[in-house]
Amino acid sequence: MALEESHVRRAAHLARLAVSDDQASGFVDDLSRILDMVDQLQSLDTEGVTPLAHPLDATQRLRADEVTETNQRDTFQRCAPAVENGLYLVPRVVE
Amino acid sequence: MQWETVIGLEVHVQLATRSKIFSGASTAFGAEPNTQACAVDLGLPGVLPVLNEQAVAMAVQFGLAVHADIAEVSVFDRKNYFYPDLPKGYQTSQMYHPIVGPGDVEITLEDGSTKRIRIHHAHLEEDAGKSLHEDFHGMTGIDLNRAGTPLLEIVSEPDMRSAKEAAAYLKAIHSIVTYLGISDGNMAEGSMRCDVNVSVRPKGQEAFGTRAEIKNVNSFRFVERAIAFEVERQIELIEDGGTVVQETRLFDPDRDETRSMRTKEEANDYRYFPCPDLLPVVLDQAYLDHLRGQLPELPADKRERFQNELGLSAYDANVISASRDMAEFFEAVHSECGDAKQAANWVQGELSGALNRENLSIANSPISARQLGELISRVLDDTINGKAAKEVFQALWNGQGESADEVIDAKGLKQVTDTGAIEAMIDQVIADSPAQVAQYCDSEPEKRGKMIGYFVGQVMKASRGTANPQQVNGLLKEKLDALL
Repeated sequence: MALEESHVRRAAHLARLAVSDDQASGFVDDLSRILDMVDQLQSLDTEGVTPLAHPLDATQRLRADEVTETNQRDTFQRCAPAVENGLYLVPRVVE
Repeated sequence: MQWETVIGLEVHVQLATRSKIFSGASTAFGAEPNTQACAVDLGLPGVLPVLNEQAVAMAVQFGLAVHADIAEVSVFDRKNYFYPDLPKGYQTSQMYHPIVGPGDVEITLEDGSTKRIRIHHAHLEEDAGKSLHEDFHGMTGIDLNRAGTPLLEIVSEPDMRSAKEAAAYLKAIHSIVTYLGISDGNMAEGSMRCDVNVSVRPKGQEAFGTRAEIKNVNSFRFVERAIAFEVERQIELIEDGGTVVQETRLFDPDRDETRSMRTKEEANDYRYFPCPDLLPVVLDQAYLDHLRGQLPELPADKRERFQNELGLSAYDANVISASRDMAEFFEAVHSECGDAKQAANWVQGELSGALNRENLSIANSPISARQLGELISRVLDDTINGKAAKEVFQALWNGQGESADEVIDAKGLKQVTDTGAIEAMIDQVIADSPAQVAQYCDSEPEKRGKMIGYFVGQVMKASRGTANPQQVNGLLKEKLDALL
């Protein structure tokens, strides 16, 4: 499948990635080749095969509903760029 | 033109687990900011989510209560978007294989009629944190205590046709989740939130109109008001030649209107995909049977039993069964006094009135069900009359005495049913009221019924309220008519 640069720009925007003009054309080629491979996979006959949600043939283990975590706010907030009154501060979110 | 309203609801119910859906951090309400946000909730590198068994059990219990198909295999997906209160950059949810499949809920409308509302599905997901927009030097504060709290999102089919039906549906869901004990249902604290999809179409048209989604409506009353406003807005818009656009709107309770949320420059694209960190959840029949066996009697069953076996009216049965606490209180009162109608009257009347005045829930009632049941028994066996019963109620409410009997003794409220004693009081009243007696004798026979009230009042006063009013009435009439 042939991608266009606008597709790459849109994917980059959704992922909040900064992509320069030079990089963008390179990504168009790389991603198109990946999609070609997906097209090849899709040519396989999967009639009657249940889609997998996970490659492992295993099921989710459940944990008991118990509080096991203690308050480690000070440790976690040591690597935050800005905190105040126990809150993480982020650039203003305009609603 | 006649318009028909079409409404569907998405209700987010916060599940009452102790710990979060994917981590062992506490879900307790009201803690200091970020003291209950652990490495998993913060989305730090290298952490893995592990699913809380209680969240799964609660979702299944809800599914069973609404007669839904429970998925043998359900899968968690990532819903990707960027917002500071969502540190992982995605919300773990269930898009393609939700745990609860199609089901239905019966709602009761004000006139006592019922309607079945279909549930499309219900899925498990995690809540996000909270953004505090008050000014922190031009920045926004983030509290992630709520991040990772388990939610059950219940999605209805567009089966409701009025604001009243939507409110009744929300009440039915509220009543089911609180009966099951899977949520505290506290709407003020955000334990239940609701998005409302509203559209209008010409009556008789099959195709749906374009809908608007009203976000985050957090009370029964607001649901009705938001829909009422939105329906009127859409009808006016169309009748003026405009068209409804599909958009998200916010309800402003202060101004009683819905407003368009600023449309983002680009439509959302959540790029859902199965979460690689979580394996498929597989439930077997034995597990479902086990949970089914633990289900309490549900509101609809209780309502039916109250009506059919206890003889309550549809209205009474509906009001009393709406809350599990009230239903259980009523049942305890009934088993004490043996009279369902009286028990229902007292619980809905005197007791609910007193609770409302003092803003108390029935679980915190100063009068116990046993005390109230005993009080009603004393009315039924003619120990006290209705007026004295209210006095005993007030005394028990105020903690003046342990039991109705104790209060009746202490206050001397025992009803006088001794005919001789009542006759003596009547004779005295007649002797003391010659003017009124003369008036009674002179008036038209059909007016005498009303005039007798004066004498009843005097006798009741003389007995300090303890005479049996029916007896007083009968005897008075005999004695007065003998004077004609």
